[in-house]
Amino acid sequence: MSDYILRVVDLHKNFGEREILHGISFNVKKGETIVFIGPSGTGKSTLLRCINQLTVPDRGHVYIDDDEITGCGHRISEYRQRIGMVFQNFNLFDHLTAVQNVEIAPIKVRKMDKTLARDKAMEELRRVGMEDWADHYPSELSGGQAQRVSIARSLAMDPEVILFDEPTSALDPELTREVLEVMKDLAKSGMTMLVVTHEMGFARSVATEVVFMEGGQIVEQGPPSEIMKNPKHPRTREFIGKISEH
Amino acid sequence: MDIISILIAWGPYLLGGIAVTLGLVLSALAIGFVLGLPIALIQVYGNRMLRAPAAVYVWFFRGLPILVLLFLFYFGIFPVMGLDFPPFVVGAVVLGLRGAAYQSQIFRGAIQSIAEGQMTAALSLGMTRWMAIRTIILPQALRISLPGWSNEYPEILTDSAVCYAIGVMELLTRTSQIVSQTYVTLPVYMACAGIFILLNYAGMQVILRAEEKFAIPGFGIQSG
Ligand SMILES: Nc1ncnc2c1ncn2[C@@H]1O[C@H](COP(=O)(O)OP(=O)(O)OP(=O)(O)O)[C@@H](O)[C@H]1O
Ligand SMILES: [Mg+2]
Repeated sequence: MSDYILRVVDLHKNFGEREILHGISFNVKKGETIVFIGPSGTGKSTLLRCINQLTVPDRGHVYIDDDEITGCGHRISEYRQRIGMVFQNFNLFDHLTAVQNVEIAPIKVRKMDKTLARDKAMEELRRVGMEDWADHYPSELSGGQAQRVSIARSLAMDPEVILFDEPTSALDPELTREVLEVMKDLAKSGMTMLVVTHEMGFARSVATEVVFMEGGQIVEQGPPSEIMKNPKHPRTREFIGKISEH
Repeated sequence: MDIISILIAWGPYLLGGIAVTLGLVLSALAIGFVLGLPIALIQVYGNRMLRAPAAVYVWFFRGLPILVLLFLFYFGIFPVMGLDFPPFVVGAVVLGLRGAAYQSQIFRGAIQSIAEGQMTAALSLGMTRWMAIRTIILPQALRISLPGWSNEYPEILTDSAVCYAIGVMELLTRTSQIVSQTYVTLPVYMACAGIFILLNYAGMQVILRAEEKFAIPGFGIQSG
């Protein structure tokens, strides 16, 4: 048994001729929050998608608790139950109400009893402050509310790790704040999280580590204070300078 | 003989024709749905080996005039296969097979209009692809299809009259028999036309009710 809940080893991914991930490796301990930053098109989304195999990497390994996810064939859906994912555009199921969105995976995937699943879904909605909106459809929710429901939807599967791909970049500052509050609470409660975001305030207050990626590689990684105040690599310094302007 | 007494005398016979016509239409819609949905799924999610025959099927049944299809199956394909189906069955099956080709394209368009993120989110929760199709994609696709699908009813209703050509005892066939027995032409054909219009209208009302029943706020079709 290693100390790490998630290990990524030498991940490579090409799209056609273009090399998008160029040998990415890192380890995550239980309860850590890792924030990924880097310019657009650097492969951050691709990296997250390679972790739960929504995109199949060309080379490299991903382990959760020492179980290898890469190349596991049909068992992939079992591993995905252990890895939640939250998307920039929420991707709530449009034909289901908030509470149905949260309970559907426990019912269909886990074969959980429907009343138990409903109780569990309501509990998760309460956790993200959305219990009063349980019977509303996605089209009736604000972006911030939709994103909180989508976080509840992930939580309902009791994941060991949650991947967030720019969870607030479709939201205005007000709504961004309400989503970040939920994520901070999650981090404090001991959830292991990998977060692609440019919200440096969030990184400063909850990240155990900030990873700066560029050109499909990890350029620099370290505690948020170090990366943000004292970056060693000139590219990191330049990037941090750019995003802290606004 | 005036039209009123003709209608009274032949009323039960015409009612029987309505039943046969509706039987043709409902069977054809059902066959079209049962075959059209899998064809759509194959065209969107299937591998090349499956997609090719599906595409040929759609091309074949949309490419031929309905009367040609009807004769081809009634006088050709079914007899050669040793199948001695009564005209009604041949009519329903041919209308259904052809309807499947059209319905598949309605469903295919609907499935393809659903954002990629719906499938991605379903997979990320641990659903298998097939489970995601069943629980997430199809319920949305069918709702989106409903307005397009509801055009299938008047299409097949009007097409069903070609079954006259192989002697199915549907409305038009019975109407022409009445005409040849009574020598009254225009009023009797007008009555036949009136019945088709009524059937069309009544069916559309049923479909509109269904659309309202399945409507979801802000999603696909709207209520009211
Ligand atoms: N399925 C795909 N097929 C081909 N190219 C792709 C695919 N997915 C991503 N790419 C390309 O890979 C590169 C990296 O994309 P990715 O979305 O991982 O970057 P990112 O760091 O998340 O960028 P952003 O900050 O804009 O979200 C981009 O240039 C993108 O065009
Ligand atoms: Mg991205």
